[in-house]
Amino acid sequence: MSKKVLIVGGGLAGTIVANGLCRHIAPQMRKGEISITMIGTTDTHMYQPGLLYVPFGKIREHELFRPQRKVLDKRVIFHIDPATNIDVENQKVTCKSGAVHEYDYLVIATGSRIMPQNIPGMEEGGHWFYDLDGARKLRTALDTFEGGKIVVNVNAPHKCPVAPLEITFMLKEYLQGKGLWNKTEITYTYPIGRLHALEPVAEWAKPAMDKDGIKYETFFNTKEVDPDAKTISSEEGVTLNYDLLVTIPPHNGAPVIMDSGLGDGGWVPTNKTKLLREGSTNVFVCGDTTNIPISKAGSTAHFEADTVIDNLASILTEGRWARDYDGKVFCFVETGMNTGTYVWFNYTTPPNPGAPSQMIHWFKLAYNRLYWLSARGLL
Amino acid sequence: MSERKVIDARGSFCPGPLMELIAALKLMQVGDEVEILSTDQGTAKDVPEWAAKVGHETVDSGEKDDHWFVVVRKAK
Repeated sequence: MSKKVLIVGGGLAGTIVANGLCRHIAPQMRKGEISITMIGTTDTHMYQPGLLYVPFGKIREHELFRPQRKVLDKRVIFHIDPATNIDVENQKVTCKSGAVHEYDYLVIATGSRIMPQNIPGMEEGGHWFYDLDGARKLRTALDTFEGGKIVVNVNAPHKCPVAPLEITFMLKEYLQGKGLWNKTEITYTYPIGRLHALEPVAEWAKPAMDKDGIKYETFFNTKEVDPDAKTISSEEGVTLNYDLLVTIPPHNGAPVIMDSGLGDGGWVPTNKTKLLREGSTNVFVCGDTTNIPISKAGSTAHFEADTVIDNLASILTEGRWARDYDGKVFCFVETGMNTGTYVWFNYTTPPNPGAPSQMIHWFKLAYNRLYWLSARGLL
Repeated sequence: MSERKVIDARGSFCPGPLMELIAALKLMQVGDEVEILSTDQGTAKDVPEWAAKVGHETVDSGEKDDHWFVVVRKAK
């Protein structure tokens, strides 16, 4: 009887797991002893970090996309048929078409999504760049922006935790280039009492913003946006005026997680080192979908996926556990249009970002292309 | 009787205990309690300060073995 590995979700985490696993268990797949099936929601794979460059016209939209079928190893059985129910008790997943997929091992990698609708007025009054439509609208808004007050507003929880800082510093240089900086005031808002969750990053960002004349408002958790009055108000009682609101909306996980009773907000309770769903021994969770108190970022998904591959391959071929996830995260940080830095940390090593440089910015630009090797499980 | 959720943010550098707490409160009902565990001493001060600022109630806080804990009740 062949073993069935089922992966729900065709984003970065699910795709790396699928492709990496194919290589690790190639002999068993050849003999028909193990199959890998992926259930996705779309036929295209998007490089999400590339959305940061869309508002500034720094990337062509087509560079963000590849056909998912071409990104996936040809041995992976791929269905575009959104999952509607995940039944971990009976080891089966039901899809929109009515198809039911049974499994021996399940990988849940359903990701996260922006929820501007969770805050009154945000959809009507805000711009964002966390999806393609939003990034296009922000590009249009910037094209016609002639100066005024910009609020860059960050909400919890959100993925890609350095992106809010990146867009802030890139906005400043973009507006300088257009000769609009002396007519513009940027205010950056953040939910906690410093400018970034990572203390060393916050310590770097504060003097950088002071030097550039970027204002900031900490302890700002958005209560509502008034699109007519063009104001944004916080739970802490602060109201700011804006001409252009660039928001990082709060996120939720996928509806199928909530609909299946697997986790509030779409986040699945997950063991932080085993990456197994709490209470399960054959359900792995990977990427943004976990409730692990760790950055929701592409690199997190990547390093988690590597761990899941090693463990699934070992369990399937040798009946043993391979290794634990150490909490590794690595993020490039664009500090302007021409400089960047990076930060890495894990559960036991605190972050320590270096000085920004043009070289690291180039590495980031190179990675924008190399991503496709990551997704294929080659990098 | 409302339920108490526990967030184990020990060793979490990003997004960190307070961000985890803020995210969790959005999914909870008024009256529910959440206990946050943290290895960052600042949590014992930052969380009660923030809770007071937005009108939530700090039910308990302190140090236990190698970490700090704060219990917050969602008040609105």
